[in-house]
Amino acid sequence: MTATIDDLIDDLELLGDDWEERYGYIIGLARQMPAMSELDRMDDNKVHGCQSQVWLTAKTVAGIPPRLEFRGDSDGIITKGLVAILLLAFSGKTPREILNYDVEDMFRRIGLDRHLSPARSNGLHSMVKRVRSIAANAEGLCAAAEHGGDCGMPCQPH
Amino acid sequence: MNRSERTAPTFDAEIAREDFPILHQHVHGKPLVYLDNAASTQKPRCVIDALVRYYERDNSNIHRAIHVLSDRATRQYEAARETIRRFLGAADTREIIFCRGTTEAINLVAHSYCKKFVHSSDEVLITQMEHHSNIVPWQIACEERQAKLKVAPIDDRGEIVLEAFEKLLTDRVKIVSLTHVSNTLGTINPVRAIIEMAHRKGIPVMLDGAQAVSHMKVDVQELDVDFYAFSGHKVYGPTGIGVLYGKSRWLEAMPPFMGGGDMIRTVTFEKTTWNELPYKFEAGTPNVEGPIGLAVALDYLEKIGIDQVSEHEQTLLRDMANRLADIPGIRLIGTPRERAGAVSFVLEGVHANDVGVVLDQEGIAIRSGHHCTQPLMQRFGIAATARPALALYNTQDEINALIRGIHKVKKLFGV
Repeated sequence: MTATIDDLIDDLELLGDDWEERYGYIIGLARQMPAMSELDRMDDNKVHGCQSQVWLTAKTVAGIPPRLEFRGDSDGIITKGLVAILLLAFSGKTPREILNYDVEDMFRRIGLDRHLSPARSNGLHSMVKRVRSIAANAEGLCAAAEHGGDCGMPCQPH
Repeated sequence: MNRSERTAPTFDAEIAREDFPILHQHVHGKPLVYLDNAASTQKPRCVIDALVRYYERDNSNIHRAIHVLSDRATRQYEAARETIRRFLGAADTREIIFCRGTTEAINLVAHSYCKKFVHSSDEVLITQMEHHSNIVPWQIACEERQAKLKVAPIDDRGEIVLEAFEKLLTDRVKIVSLTHVSNTLGTINPVRAIIEMAHRKGIPVMLDGAQAVSHMKVDVQELDVDFYAFSGHKVYGPTGIGVLYGKSRWLEAMPPFMGGGDMIRTVTFEKTTWNELPYKFEAGTPNVEGPIGLAVALDYLEKIGIDQVSEHEQTLLRDMANRLADIPGIRLIGTPRERAGAVSFVLEGVHANDVGVVLDQEGIAIRSGHHCTQPLMQRFGIAATARPALALYNTQDEINALIRGIHKVKKLFGV
């Protein structure tokens, strides 16, 4: 369906104001996203949300600079589709790219910003926070590495 | 009393709706269908006007001044206490404590009652269908008193298993606390039988009435209940005001919950003596406009007639539950014989949150999630339910809109 976040933004902008088509599209994204294994759906990977649950795993891919790869899932279908959008925006990016990306603005452009609001308590807001904190952590570790620090970092090579 | 006086005028929800300004709006281009009433009800114009009037004319701190505004504010505040006493059928206004809501009322009793009457190896008995607000305060109190929290089970219909309840009602139990009406299942609990059962053993009972008072006549003396709590905002009143009813003999014996202004008689650095009831439990400047607005809301409800409201809601509730249950893929969570207010359901293959998101697009407000009853969700082996809940202003047309909305959900998700 969609290769990059920019393609997705184009697709959703094309759909315009018809909410049924927009949600149909998001449901399609959710259905295409592979479910996480039960093992990954453990509590440690759970992102706090009241109405639906979201799980998130992160892994660092070596390179210069290293990249972060995320996987996610949700028990809610629409939430899972929105998770898919966030993964498209964040996964495979460098920590710096993640920290610089204005995800709220992107969600505004595709008309879904109210789903990112903390008031929704669907886990998405917390997911963005966690992605950013993982990126900030990785960025800090990389910076330490550049200064010759022995940091036991997830990112390499130094 | 002649016949015409006994026959109350027929209740018409379409006319009553006119009293609620907020209902007359569009959401996502559709007329608002507000079915999230178990979370909070809307306010009639008279309540909104009372709050505005209070702030425009009478606002002042109560009880401690001699000027006219304070006098007016105090009179209205205390008149509200009398209205609420009458509404609950309590014997004395000394037994009516104002607090922030049901949660605070339960916390007050859990703290103050347990401090005095619950000791190491005693027990507190609740049920499996309680709201977190009727679990956590007791957990905290039990931990502090080194007492044990016991939980009475419910069956697949969502009703308390009375035999099991009775078995758990041992001599160690020092208080029973349960909900009058379940916020998630809508179950009306057999509270009269439970109170009698507990009283036979000399055990007091607290009822969480948050989901009851807007749907049925409650008389605390007739029930012989020891403590009863409800929230103003769930019965057409303002938020931030709730009521704790307590039998005076318990309240007299209990230590204060919080210290501060208004709850004292004399203060020295060596020793403070407490004010009389109800002020002993009302520390600090209270929410003054809250009781005033709540009293207007209760007057409004009584003027319409709580029996008429109840009859209207029961008709809609039966229709809503039956039609939801008839939709393939829908499973009602809880099929109690006596129900008020809410119906909970799951739609196979669709998360409750998804149901809520799509209904919202149709202008229909319901609640989805665990409804602050996680242990109850675990009991039914589910994560969440969708919960439409009724108030006096809901109509048959709105139930029809809900059913159409659910069909739209099914179509969109292909289930």
